[in-house]
Amino acid sequence: MTVSVPPAEQRRGGIFKDTWVVARRGLKHMIRQPEALSDVTIQPIMFVLLFAYVFGGAIAVQGSNYREFLMGGIFAQTIVFGAFNVAIALAYDRANGAIDRFRSLPMARGSVLAGHALASLVRSVLPITLMSLCGLIVGWRIRDGVVDAVSAYALMFLFTFAIIWVGVLMGSLLPSPEAVQGFAFAIIFPITFVASTFVPLNTLPGPLQTVAAWNPVTSMSDALRELFGNRRGFVPEPNADWPVRHPVAYTFIWIVGIIVVCAPLAVRQYSRTIDD
Amino acid sequence: MASNAAIDASGLVKRYGETVALSGVSFDVPRGTVCSLLGPNGAGKSTAVRILTTLTEADEGTATVAGLDVATRAAEVRSRIGLASQDATVDGLLTGRENLIMIGELHHIGRRVATERAAELLEQFSLVDAGDRLIKTYSGGMRRRLDLAATLVAHPEVLFLDEPTTGLDPRARNELWDVLDILVDEGATILLTTQYLEEAERLADDIVVIDHGRVIARGDSRSLKRQVGGDQVFATVVDPATLGRVSELVGRTAGAEPEIDEGARQVRAATAVGPRAIAELATALAEAGIEVEDIGLRQPTLDDVFMTLTGHHAEEVEEGADE
Ligand SMILES: Nc1ncnc2c1ncn2[C@@H]1O[C@H](COP(=O)(O)OP(=O)(O)OP(=O)(O)O)[C@@H](O)[C@H]1O
Ligand SMILES: [Mg+2]
Repeated sequence: MTVSVPPAEQRRGGIFKDTWVVARRGLKHMIRQPEALSDVTIQPIMFVLLFAYVFGGAIAVQGSNYREFLMGGIFAQTIVFGAFNVAIALAYDRANGAIDRFRSLPMARGSVLAGHALASLVRSVLPITLMSLCGLIVGWRIRDGVVDAVSAYALMFLFTFAIIWVGVLMGSLLPSPEAVQGFAFAIIFPITFVASTFVPLNTLPGPLQTVAAWNPVTSMSDALRELFGNRRGFVPEPNADWPVRHPVAYTFIWIVGIIVVCAPLAVRQYSRTIDD
Repeated sequence: MASNAAIDASGLVKRYGETVALSGVSFDVPRGTVCSLLGPNGAGKSTAVRILTTLTEADEGTATVAGLDVATRAAEVRSRIGLASQDATVDGLLTGRENLIMIGELHHIGRRVATERAAELLEQFSLVDAGDRLIKTYSGGMRRRLDLAATLVAHPEVLFLDEPTTGLDPRARNELWDVLDILVDEGATILLTTQYLEEAERLADDIVVIDHGRVIARGDSRSLKRQVGGDQVFATVVDPATLGRVSELVGRTAGAEPEIDEGARQVRAATAVGPRAIAELATALAEAGIEVEDIGLRQPTLDDVFMTLTGHHAEEVEEGADE
């Protein structure tokens, strides 16, 4: 033995270091499995093109063209779908024993999950950039000032971070990658459609409209439309539900709420009962 | 609690719903020794390892590792142990070197030390050439070796190896045994699980036999074998008609009641005289002019140990596990 290793008592770790080590691993996984990136590359581009050209003619949006209207919704939906990535990554880690390996190491509490979340956040730069470029090509424009545009992107990354923690919680609760897929189609998929993602809120039928009005996917889509200076397809009445009148604020409340609830729950779930 | 015990388990109980994985397991492993948990599928070996390595909590009982309670001082225990789980859990999308460095970093030994240590271990485990290849391109044996190397990055005080040789071909298994020999010479404390008495005998100072979540025997391999009746001398005949005569001869040379296996055309008897029994039997058979296909000495297997200690075969355990 030539290399001298500091004795256990002298080692100093920390949540940031451990999180970074796990995040770096996650990023390497992404780079080394380019085929697994289709959901953040091809899929968002396909969605922009499909909705812009296939439905674009059929759906009329008052005071706007559909492609401009569309982008806010596509951004929101892609971000929400991003939750599965991290959930599936965690489920695979569980299935192939990586989680056990991590749990036998003296890592800071929560750092495995935080590392996955961080890697996932970095990953999300890819679809957001690609969608923006694709949107610009099909005719989407950023019409308000730089400050609003920067705010829009900041809101997207915050929302992404919050959604990632939903995914982390799913990954901590659901036993297998298949269960994650099942949950995705049963719960998350409908949530992104009962919203103003692809059609203006005021065109939805009565009860659905109320549900959609309080759906954070609606507020996220409409917040982006407002900040980018695109039209939402209608002007909210003064007596409309509060979220409809204040999409940015309402989205922000959800972001904080999701993180405050999901992150501690996920960490607790992860460190407790993962194998029992 | 014996302070010189590297591992001290006392009355461990673990239930999974209806299944009782461990029902009161106690044993201790002195520092610098190798202990083997020997038992068939479903005996509770992995469960015991998982409790001792803080991956799961016991429902009852206590355990210390390196003098620290696994339930209350898990973080400190983790910085003093190395664990190679039953299925090698190295990361397929990282290279061997990256795996080792990552584990070192997560042990907080520092990136520089971790990098040096990785290089050293790749050398020690003859993985230098493969060190910068992704693990998914490794063979099963290489993966196992890397998994073992990974447990050593931070110089653990206690090593836990859960069936380290399962799935390896004989050559890879021998290589791994050689590596373990080195670790033992360096004074490591090792708890190793296995389903093979032969392996436990080869590596361990002390063997703890478990079955249905209970310790049913304990001792070194010699004392276990003595309980079973030691080695068996056997002869396989060419002509089944000669089985009776051969049985007499086997009984006389071995000095014990022989057992006839008609299907295998074989006669067996426990013997205390070891290889000498073969020589005597060979001579006796030659003198009697009986032709045999094979004669030899067979060591007791885990199954023999089980037959003697529990009255049932090791394979029956799994089906009966949740009785
Ligand atoms: N997570 C779990 N959930 C439910 N039952 C479990 C779990 N882990 C183990 N068991 C049960 O506990 C018992 C002991 O299992 P354990 O894995 O400890 O056995 P083992 O001796 O390691 O077996 P093997 O040689 O097959 O690895 C088995 O009956 C098994 O089915
Ligand atoms: Mg096992």
